[in-house]
Amino acid sequence: MKKKPMTMDRRKERTAYLFIVLPVLYFLLFRMIPTLFSLILSFMKWDLLSPNKEFIGLENFISVITDKTLQKVLWNTVEYVIVCVPLMIVISLALALMLNSIEKGKSFFRLLVFIPYVTSSVAISYVWKWMFMQNGGIVNGLLRMVGISAQPFLNSPDQSIFVIMSNVVWSNIGFNTIILLAGLMQIPRTYYEAAQIDGASPWNQFRYITIRQLNPTLVYTTVMGTIRTLQVFTQVYNIAGTDGGPLKSTSSIVLEIYNTAFKQYKMGRASAITVILFLFIMIITLFQMKVLNKETD
Amino acid sequence: MKTKRTLKKILLYLSFVIIGAVMVFPFVWMVATSFKTGAEIYSLNLIPHSPTLENYAKVLKGSDFPRWFLNSFFIAGITTISVLVFDPLLGFAFCKYDFRGKNLIFTMLLSTMMIPTEMMIIPWYMMVNKLGWNNTYWSVLFPGLSSAFGIFLMRQFFTGVPNDLLDVGRIDGLTEFGVYTKIALPLVTPALSALGIFTFLGNWNAFLWPVIALDSKSKYTITLGLAQFSAENLSRWDLIMTGASVATIPIIIIFLIFQRQIIEGIQLTGVKG
Repeated sequence: MKKKPMTMDRRKERTAYLFIVLPVLYFLLFRMIPTLFSLILSFMKWDLLSPNKEFIGLENFISVITDKTLQKVLWNTVEYVIVCVPLMIVISLALALMLNSIEKGKSFFRLLVFIPYVTSSVAISYVWKWMFMQNGGIVNGLLRMVGISAQPFLNSPDQSIFVIMSNVVWSNIGFNTIILLAGLMQIPRTYYEAAQIDGASPWNQFRYITIRQLNPTLVYTTVMGTIRTLQVFTQVYNIAGTDGGPLKSTSSIVLEIYNTAFKQYKMGRASAITVILFLFIMIITLFQMKVLNKETD
Repeated sequence: MKTKRTLKKILLYLSFVIIGAVMVFPFVWMVATSFKTGAEIYSLNLIPHSPTLENYAKVLKGSDFPRWFLNSFFIAGITTISVLVFDPLLGFAFCKYDFRGKNLIFTMLLSTMMIPTEMMIIPWYMMVNKLGWNNTYWSVLFPGLSSAFGIFLMRQFFTGVPNDLLDVGRIDGLTEFGVYTKIALPLVTPALSALGIFTFLGNWNAFLWPVIALDSKSKYTITLGLAQFSAENLSRWDLIMTGASVATIPIIIIFLIFQRQIIEGIQLTGVKG
């Protein structure tokens, strides 16, 4: 009697295993094992060219953290994050609010704002490089027209990083605006109507309804933006060049990983830097999970 | 009151025009430069005095752009197909079936979302070298064949498919695979198209792994090809901007055709994810 539902469950269980077996093997082989391997490698001294790996404990980490260049690069990356992410979110939120308040032309402007997301960041990096060229670039041309002297931009260790930041912000606005707009459209209109009846000012409506209701989306876009910016590479590589110049002023963690591993072939040391990056990302992700879980409680 | 509101509207639209112009200007400038002759590129004219197609002829004939373009299409296409085959399958299994080890395996898969690509590229690179995958399409393809994000996303969407509906299919004599393909999958097509777009664009724009995996120009993706081309044609901005246009415009055209699905798909995943 009891046998029939058993076989049904069996059948389902078997199907489930059949469905997942290949991808799970794939994840083991191409995600888990490589990650573990990198972790182990970060405790080794190993140049790609020499056959022997030597266990050296935390030496890679210590030498990375105490290295002046790497400190500079870590700080640059933090700078990318603290300048780009707030700008990205504030501009995107403003755009989403504006888009949410118009009817005519909404989809057209949404389209314009979104276009950067679908363009290859390599192509647009070269457009940036061209626009911000010291001699002959259009930005300096326009500055000169309004009476400001030409700026060195990419030739200056002080300005170069901001040129790249502007590219990062520009590339990410579209995506975030679209996500935030979706969040805004989910807030029930009745909330605002009730607040208006109670005489709440527009600012208070914004603070207590919009921001509060939008909070999960804001956390999501901020965290995604932070993780993406921590991994900034393509823009630096193509706008500033492989060395992250001038004088390492634009180099990022990932560019340093690339150079350490594939230019200097110091695989152990490069792995140690990837572990540091991983720790950053893990902390941010756990933070997000904690905040969002609190939200739903 | 009314004039105040109209004024506000005008200001709003005016700022949109300005913001829209800022967002689009880099493209306009890129395309404008690509139609200029070498003598004119340093002028600030938006519209070239004597527009020329010569740059395009040079770029398309004198370099491997068409080839790189096809490579990118092939690589992004295969990856997208693979993701669309495997990720929903896992999402479905984790959503609708009970099996031993389910939670453990799911947590393990999800935890890979936290692992940055950078942490895996060194082992991948060694794998490619050891197994002799150098300069094959496979070497660029293999890291992207399935994504934890996609699995998670699909699982979220399958929760919206009622179990009773699946049982109806079972009573009608469908196999489990039939229940999945004939009943469940058609109900999540918006999510599938969103995942497909994400994957395609992500791979189309990928740079870090291709730059490590590929040495031979004939296998280059369009992003790699463009970077290489720009390094070779240093300060020939007319040619570089033409190359950038060639790499960008087709994707923008596809985007314009499917813009509604793309934008709505992304909003969908943003709300659910």
